Amino acid sequence: MEFNTAVFYFLSAVLVFASLRVITARNAVVAALHLILAFFSAGGVWALLQAEFLAIGIILIYVGAVMVLFLFVVMMLDINIDRLREGFWSYLPLGAIVGLVMVAELGAVLSANYLSVLASDAPQAVAGVSNTKALGRLIYTDFVYPFELASVVLLVAIIAAVAITYRAPKPTKSKNPADQIRIQARDRVRVLQMPAEKQD
Amino acid sequence: MDTLLQFLQGTFGSVWPLVWTLAKIVAIIAPLMLAVAYLTFWERKVIGWMQVRIGPNRVGPWGLLQPIADGVKLLLKEIVIPTKSNTWIFLLAPGLALAPALAAWAVIPFNDTLVLANIDASLLYVMAIASMGVYGIILSGWASNSKYAFLGGMRSAAQMISYEIAMGFALITVLMISNSLNLVEIVNIQKKGMFADNGLGFLSWNWLPLLPMFVIYLISGIAETNRAPFDLAEGESEIVGYHAEYSGMAFALFFLAEYANMILVSTLVSILFLGGWLSPVGFLPDGIIWLFGKVAFILLLFLWFRATFPRYRYDQLMRLGWKVFIPICLVWLVVVGVWMMSPWNIWK
Repeated sequence: MEFNTAVFYFLSAVLVFASLRVITARNAVVAALHLILAFFSAGGVWALLQAEFLAIGIILIYVGAVMVLFLFVVMMLDINIDRLREGFWSYLPLGAIVGLVMVAELGAVLSANYLSVLASDAPQAVAGVSNTKALGRLIYTDFVYPFELASVVLLVAIIAAVAITYRAPKPTKSKNPADQIRIQARDRVRVLQMPAEKQD
Repeated sequence: MDTLLQFLQGTFGSVWPLVWTLAKIVAIIAPLMLAVAYLTFWERKVIGWMQVRIGPNRVGPWGLLQPIADGVKLLLKEIVIPTKSNTWIFLLAPGLALAPALAAWAVIPFNDTLVLANIDASLLYVMAIASMGVYGIILSGWASNSKYAFLGGMRSAAQMISYEIAMGFALITVLMISNSLNLVEIVNIQKKGMFADNGLGFLSWNWLPLLPMFVIYLISGIAETNRAPFDLAEGESEIVGYHAEYSGMAFALFFLAEYANMILVSTLVSILFLGGWLSPVGFLPDGIIWLFGKVAFILLLFLWFRATFPRYRYDQLMRLGWKVFIPICLVWLVVVGVWMMSPWNIWK
């Protein structure tokens, strides 16, 4: 077995195991940690396919930023396992149907395109041209309008999220640090010279 | 040397590339760990001198064996695991803090050819690996099953995420003018320029045209490594940090991670803004010694800041990151973009 193949099977095994643990772990933080591991392994698989920009991108964005904020939220949740388990059996039929439909759809889409793909069909990187550079060139020339459109959609999402959670600032007593630094002693304290009075 | 290599190659056969890579990794990590140990010693000495004290001088000549004594002490100490803590994650967290600080060195170039993995997207790789350092902190806080450690972990994690954005923007300007994500090329591009042609290489480095970014990157690097004046992670005198429950070697790993990160940030500053291994003046040759000198200088700045500045309050820290640095970065990004499109572009 080639070295690359061995690495691929190792990463895939870790990916599958981590994904299973995401949905079976009882502790929400442990589940989130396995999701991180799954992203990391997926990045490794992409790196094997010579898609180094995607591989580093998923680690930089999902592992490095998104999941940290996710963990923030999950750690502060007050989850009661028993309450979550209530009604498991009554929800199961509906959940199973939705799950099966999703599996069937994914299978229909993916099997047509990918089940018969050989490793040799993967596009090979052209020597001397950086993957990242090629991707950047395509995004900012041929696909510049869809790309800009996507960024505008993201911007709208950001503004919407801020608008939903925005509370008008309460009148606070916070100080401007620049003003605090600029203050002189004589603005605050007045030193009076009082001649001592003579006692008789 | 060549005959020795050939002999070893013959002995190991097909696993030789693996062995050779491992040897190179050890050749980077072992001196790094030594540098970390002596950085703690140097820090105590420098701060001692700045505060008109002597610093450690008992163990060995001039106190030079102090870090070894400290290491042995930490190794022999008991690791107390709090009851009802999540033991696995509690023990995993220090490793998660240290591993990114070491893994990033895979792509750090020491000169034109002396680099473990000269990959095209090395700057992206460093950013991705550095962004994972926060997990050690956030998980140690959570796994300790202690309110103080948990809040400390949240605080430090929020600080690191905030400053990562400013750091990222500073890096974007660097890669814009370098037209490359490769650290070797980023250094080589700083060789060219009007001043470099006249023998004044240090004026052609990135720090001058990107002065605001240089300052922001340096300060964000200090905040990112949780160093004074942004050391809210372990402000000994007033606030409890994420490693409150750690002792012995588990605590020492956080300590090692902090210092390894300091060296990493200093090296990155040297490579990105101070011309890496390039010589500052034309009549001296380039060499690895210049890189080490620059790194040592930036590290001295770290220690100097610690001895000089009072600690920031948490709201001031967040204000500096979000309301000062990020707007400056956004403005300078546009300035550099316009500059590059104008006839005065100096990076052609």
